[in-house]
Amino acid sequence: MDKNQSTELLFEMSHPGRRAHLLPQCDVPVPPAAELLPPDALADAPPPLPGVSEIDLIRHFTNLSTRNMSIDTNFYPLGSCTMKYNPKRHERMAALPGLANLHPLQSDESCQGMLEMLWDMQNILAEIAGLDAVSLQPAAGAQGELAALLVAAAYFRHKKEARTRVLIPDSAHGTNPASAALAGFDTVSIKSNARGLVDLADLQSKLDDRTAVFMITNPNTLGLFDDQIATITGLLHKQGALVYLDGANMNAILGITRPGDFGIDMMHYNVHKTFTGPHGAGGPGSGPIAVRKPLIPFLPAPLVAKTENGFHLDYDRPLSIGRVRSFFANVGILLRGYCYIRTLGPKGLRDVSENAVLNANYLLSRLKAEFDVPHGDRCMHEFVASARNLRKERKISAMDIAKRLLDFGYHAPTVYFPLVVPEALMIEPTETESKETLDAFADALIKIKGEDPQFLHDAPHTLMLSRPDEVKAAKEPVLRWKP
Amino acid sequence: MLRLIGVESIADLFKNIPPDLRLDRPLAVPGALNEIDLSRHMVELAAKNRSADDAPCFLGGGSYDHFIPAVVDAIGGRSEFYTAYTPYQAEASQGSLQAFYEFQTMICQLTGLDVSNASLYEGGSSVAEAVLMAMTVTGRTGKVVIAESVHPEYRKTLETYLANLVPRVETLPTPHGFLDPDDAKKAIDDTTACVVVQHPNFFGCLEEVEALAALAKAKGALFVVSFDPISVGILKRPGQYGADIAVAEGQCLGNPMAYGGPYLGLLACREPFVRKIPGRLVGQTVDRHGKRCWVLTMQTREQHIRREKATSNICTNQGLFALRAAVYLAAVGPQGLKETAELCTRKAHYAAQELTKLPGVKLRFDRPYFKEFTLAMPKPVPALLSRILGRKFHAGLPLGQWYPALAACVSVAVTEKRSREEIDGLVAAYEVELGASGHRHDLLSKPGERLLA
Repeated sequence: MDKNQSTELLFEMSHPGRRAHLLPQCDVPVPPAAELLPPDALADAPPPLPGVSEIDLIRHFTNLSTRNMSIDTNFYPLGSCTMKYNPKRHERMAALPGLANLHPLQSDESCQGMLEMLWDMQNILAEIAGLDAVSLQPAAGAQGELAALLVAAAYFRHKKEARTRVLIPDSAHGTNPASAALAGFDTVSIKSNARGLVDLADLQSKLDDRTAVFMITNPNTLGLFDDQIATITGLLHKQGALVYLDGANMNAILGITRPGDFGIDMMHYNVHKTFTGPHGAGGPGSGPIAVRKPLIPFLPAPLVAKTENGFHLDYDRPLSIGRVRSFFANVGILLRGYCYIRTLGPKGLRDVSENAVLNANYLLSRLKAEFDVPHGDRCMHEFVASARNLRKERKISAMDIAKRLLDFGYHAPTVYFPLVVPEALMIEPTETESKETLDAFADALIKIKGEDPQFLHDAPHTLMLSRPDEVKAAKEPVLRWKP
Repeated sequence: MLRLIGVESIADLFKNIPPDLRLDRPLAVPGALNEIDLSRHMVELAAKNRSADDAPCFLGGGSYDHFIPAVVDAIGGRSEFYTAYTPYQAEASQGSLQAFYEFQTMICQLTGLDVSNASLYEGGSSVAEAVLMAMTVTGRTGKVVIAESVHPEYRKTLETYLANLVPRVETLPTPHGFLDPDDAKKAIDDTTACVVVQHPNFFGCLEEVEALAALAKAKGALFVVSFDPISVGILKRPGQYGADIAVAEGQCLGNPMAYGGPYLGLLACREPFVRKIPGRLVGQTVDRHGKRCWVLTMQTREQHIRREKATSNICTNQGLFALRAAVYLAAVGPQGLKETAELCTRKAHYAAQELTKLPGVKLRFDRPYFKEFTLAMPKPVPALLSRILGRKFHAGLPLGQWYPALAACVSVAVTEKRSREEIDGLVAAYEVELGASGHRHDLLSKPGERLLA
């Protein structure tokens, strides 16, 4: 079945005058806009957008949608991204007019139900973190990192301590150093040890009174819980520094251990990951931050507060860093997270992590005899396999395996990350997959491993395209259609 | 499964977590709800809110009650789009990638600029990202000049982003509702990385964009404009009046108000700055068979490659909302965008004309405006707005919270969705609550029936 309709660009299908949306006649007795606005501000013509009819528009985008892999169509074990099922009921709840059609600046008295939900969410996320307060404001994890680091900077400035450095393990997400730089800090990389955990000697050698924050992902990007965490947080606290948790991997520890209980001072959540956002082909996300008590005054404003008169937005926060975005937060994603947490309850949340870790360990056990897994035979919610031996012996790369998996109807794992593992294949099955799915995926990987290298270099073979020329795309950028 | 793993219980899988760090009680979160009870709970929460469906919405300030065509929800609701992730594997993501390429193209068409990224978070952080980009492009870290008529929350966001970086933010007062080019001229110097204005601005007024662009250019500073995507249906596009970087809040392009988010940040710039652009870019290329296709490109700018030297820390953007904006723009087309902008302008002017007939109500600024305008009121504003809300109108934004000098002022926004009947009803509600007697009472039902539940 050839879906030509979706290979053409909208602009190539465009016919001037066609449209998919009609507007009402003007019903107010005032002159045309051209007489209401100064001539030099007016454009000669509207922007040259495409003109398409409704059926062609729908067919175009519907056919495009079929050229995506998605959680609803394919197993999607993209490591670090927590691609779990997104319950449909959340979409229905988020679309309720009484929630979706609220203006962000309408008065507190007119949105008490919304504020109640957000107040609950602040408290629930604080409880899961084991920390004292939550700002829901950041739009995504990276913005949560930035907001928290700005909070840390404001905290130390308030204490009149000149701390300029943020320490970051070499296995960290790239957003960590990028956020630290944006918050005005110098970044210092900390090595991983042979176990894939923080190298304590390296940490101690770089830790001094210039250190503001140590950013740790725990479980880390190798899918390992760093059992030295109490020692690490102790070392940092002894130096008067703060410990930040990148909460990307919270799916492994819900209700099992809490960041605040293992010495973390501040963290972000990725609501779109842990609490099933959904991911929207790259967002929107939501990246609330949780902090310990001494940091609360510096949180972005406003927070939701509760008094005997009901709920209100509290802007009266003189030490606040300010705000990292306009309006309250990515409320639509928080709302889905709220529905998720309310559906699960305390036991359900713990079951999520237990099953996520069970699924990952099962898959690891199915694969560890066939693939090199550099960091042990146990994992938390994900693990990192390596194609380094396959590459050496048969010239098969992690990318070859990733591309060939697409032929089997599986989205590829995250490849070439974390950077500390060569030829990395980072696999996170999540708790929502069945044993049968995991077995079929493992069988596919094992089969692929034995296939002809050249056949793998040319994969995928069954999709509409194969191996786009990325070098050409970057060297001769074509970033828009032109007539 | 446990047998294959070689453990006896699930608890054994968590052995790496030291026992003294484990939580020895259930989380103190509310108990589980089944779908029926969850639905009831959410409907109850929703019922405690007064939405734009319950009371015509005349609130603006960066979020607007524009109409969302059904096609936008139909495509945005395709789970092949909304349950996918960032299109790292191009072969498995052509649907999203092509849609984002079309989005980028349409944002270039809207702005009259050369390059658009695949979205940022929202309007405020987009201003901050544009300023960071201008600092890199110009190599200047002296100061950033911004008009006070830029959205107060965008300015606050910018100040927060720059808190620990070198440049100083110089905010120029706009007592007459726009940035006077003479004031701008005095402020812009050789250390200025960029001049930032919003057009139409937070008050709805037009800025002297062409003069300001020339002043910025004369000193080697970039001209950054936050624009209203609907307004370019009739107003000149940023590229036409000399903007170097255009940013916008894209909520108005087919996205619900949703109490503030998720929204959609737009950022477009002139071609020479392309390597400094923040966020994801989709580019066209060919596959190994020579077939046209799309990929994420120029990723060496980004945090996952460049880490602390990246052009921005952004990773997740607003993909689904970029898709929705693309569907919206393709659905309305050039003529629909023009008609939408035309309707907003005329209805706003009609509302202003009728409201200023009420005793003591005046337009605060003597400036041309697009779809929102600022009124000076003869009575204390917050109480007035609260009483009109009791008459089932979201009647305007009290400006005193951001501009103490405008404590007696209300900002009123009117979109294409507002009918003449709704506007007349709003005017009548103001009239009654301002205590002016008149002929409009018949347009209101008895106040008692309309009070908040």
